[in-house]
Amino acid sequence: MNPMPVPEFKVVEPPASREPTPAPVAPVEPNPPLEIHDLTVAYHKKPVLWGIDLAVPRGRLVGIVGPNGAGKSTLIKAAMGLLPVSSGWVKVFGEPVSNNLTRVGYVPQRESVDWDFPVSVLDVVLMGRYGRLGLMRRPGRADIDKARGCLDKVKMLPFANRQISNLSGGQQQRVFLARALAQESDLYFMDEPFAGVDAATESAIITLLHELKAQGKTLMVVHHDLPTARNYFDTLLLLNMRVVAFGPTEEVFTFDLLQKTYGGRLTILSEVAEAVRQRG
Amino acid sequence: MLHISQRARRSFYFLSSILYLLLPTIAQAAKISEIGETSFTEQALRFFTFQDPAVRYALAGSMLLGISCGLLGSFIIVRRMALVGDALSHAVLPGVALGFLWNVSKDPVAIFVGATIAGLLGTVVVRWITDTTRLKEDTALGLVLATFFAVGICLIGMIQRLPTGNKAGIDKILFGQAAYLGAADVRLMAIVTAFVIVVLALFYKEFLITSFDSGFARAAGVPAQAIHYALMLLLAFAVVIALQAVGVVLVSAMLITPAAAAYLLTDRLHRMLWLAALFGLVAGALGCFASFLGPNFPTGPFMVLSATAVFGMAFLFGPRHGVVSRWLRQRSRAQRIQRENTLKAIYQVLEARDFKGESVSLRELAERRRETVEEAAMQSADLRRHGLATIHDEGNAVAVTPEGWQLACAIVRNHRLWELYLTNAAQIAADHVHEDAEKIEHVLGDEVVRELERRLAYATHDPHGRPIPSLADMQRGATAPERSREFIGYGKPT
Repeated sequence: MNPMPVPEFKVVEPPASREPTPAPVAPVEPNPPLEIHDLTVAYHKKPVLWGIDLAVPRGRLVGIVGPNGAGKSTLIKAAMGLLPVSSGWVKVFGEPVSNNLTRVGYVPQRESVDWDFPVSVLDVVLMGRYGRLGLMRRPGRADIDKARGCLDKVKMLPFANRQISNLSGGQQQRVFLARALAQESDLYFMDEPFAGVDAATESAIITLLHELKAQGKTLMVVHHDLPTARNYFDTLLLLNMRVVAFGPTEEVFTFDLLQKTYGGRLTILSEVAEAVRQRG
Repeated sequence: MLHISQRARRSFYFLSSILYLLLPTIAQAAKISEIGETSFTEQALRFFTFQDPAVRYALAGSMLLGISCGLLGSFIIVRRMALVGDALSHAVLPGVALGFLWNVSKDPVAIFVGATIAGLLGTVVVRWITDTTRLKEDTALGLVLATFFAVGICLIGMIQRLPTGNKAGIDKILFGQAAYLGAADVRLMAIVTAFVIVVLALFYKEFLITSFDSGFARAAGVPAQAIHYALMLLLAFAVVIALQAVGVVLVSAMLITPAAAAYLLTDRLHRMLWLAALFGLVAGALGCFASFLGPNFPTGPFMVLSATAVFGMAFLFGPRHGVVSRWLRQRSRAQRIQRENTLKAIYQVLEARDFKGESVSLRELAERRRETVEEAAMQSADLRRHGLATIHDEGNAVAVTPEGWQLACAIVRNHRLWELYLTNAAQIAADHVHEDAEKIEHVLGDEVVRELERRLAYATHDPHGRPIPSLADMQRGATAPERSREFIGYGKPT
């Protein structure tokens, strides 16, 4: 008699009980920039995000950190409605995100596009205006002026008429930021804007992010480099399939919580230990 | 069963004979290929007088299909979907056959509808396979392409065995024959091409953003999915109107080749679209003409070869990326560096004898450059051609002109400034900086030179203790009695 074939299902255990996370950042205001309730996202029936609850108050610069495969990019894509969700909902300024797309700006990962594409730097920044223009309407003088202004803010105006393939990594990232600025949104999602950029660009970006924050904009930034995360962001979201912690950086950037986020990955843990030690 | 099929066959006979009478243009068109032995010039003359309506239809149709294929081909290239065009063109074949069988006639509209549906069905099946299995898109495309094509070949074979029906041209569907295009075909091609142009013009911005960054487009509220399907539909249109003249097998080449040539020539999408449409048009017209010269030559291969010729020109002679132009650029750069090095050598010879005497003998120059006198003579001749030097003493000596002197000073100055910069700023030993400066002296721009002057506090001597030629030296000329001891930088206000 043949033994019954064992089904090869990988049972993914739901988090048994949610640990008490640090106290919410602030009393939740009505219609916060981003509110996520019980969000679950799965790829081919394998959950990537599980039961995300989040309410982000206005004017925060939030760093989203977690190990590879923690679902950081998935979270911001799902929040913008780019991915089908298995359950839960996302609200942006109190409304479903699809009703409020003009209030949402996006900086995708640099590698997500073909940098040999036949467009100029200015063309790319103008794309930031397309959402406001709506179907069929062409960008006009005002849009071009706006786009040039945004390029100037990231110090890329001299490159406006260059083709994008001649840019360095840091310059590409600045162009993407200028495009997001041209969107004139209130809530920004940025996917690893610091990945592979030079030091000058890194500091230019962080200055810009703080400027936006000072204007009352809310920024959700996926960040891969733990040691700098502590200095860059006022609020941290520690993510590993679920929210491990969400709160002010000084409360959340602790060894215990980071260990919970990164699990047993020793190399990262030693970095964390170093970072925590430096803070004293 | 038998009863039904007999009745169906009778109605086929009936319908087809009526339609055959109703389509005189096709009958007329068929005539061009019947010309047996005519001379090359006669055929060419017949083509260029445009008196034969069949010639007009064939040419107009070929140009129209070239335009729409070029436009849509541009998008499949920038979206990296070249394989999709290939799959689509093969997938339409069963639709062509079914469109024919619908009323046993070569009704362009029926064939158009059948082919478009088949093509779109093919893309849907590809999407379905990639979504439901682990197979990747290239595999799914290959699978669908071959299957649909095989079904189409079987159906075409069946049609050819039908006892009746206007089959004119259906057997040419594989390799294309523009001569079979009739008025109705050309009218449909014109309508479709106009539709393609209007849709692309109205939604250019949407096609651009979804092609470049579909994630961002969707986040900004652009209906990327709808635009994608609209593009697929237009692509199917372009393929289908091109089928009769180009043939199923080669239609994807008409999508890719003109657009690829355009891609090499420009780096803006809108210019690429214009160029690709133009190249498609030219390739269509040339291919049509070439196939017309010989009786019954298939049109498709000639069009594709014409397009390839256009691509070859762009590949070789494109101003920026062309192989030949790049080679010419490299050569002229190499020659410029050669001239600058000769001038530098002349300067050094003059410097070695404290700038006494005006001309430098070729022997001195050759010694300095460690070359033969013949080589030195050739280089001096090159300097003379560029107005940088004059030849004296029966061709045995060379003297720089004021322009040549200035250039020589500039190069020596670049060289010595760079050496100084490397020893000062990068702390490289003075005997290690020469090689680097040899290369960099030819590429330092004015802006960088000024920056170097500033950073080096307008220094007057290089790390080896030799004076750096100054602006005053340049103005005084090669034979000035004394060198300027006071340094004036290019950028320094005097």
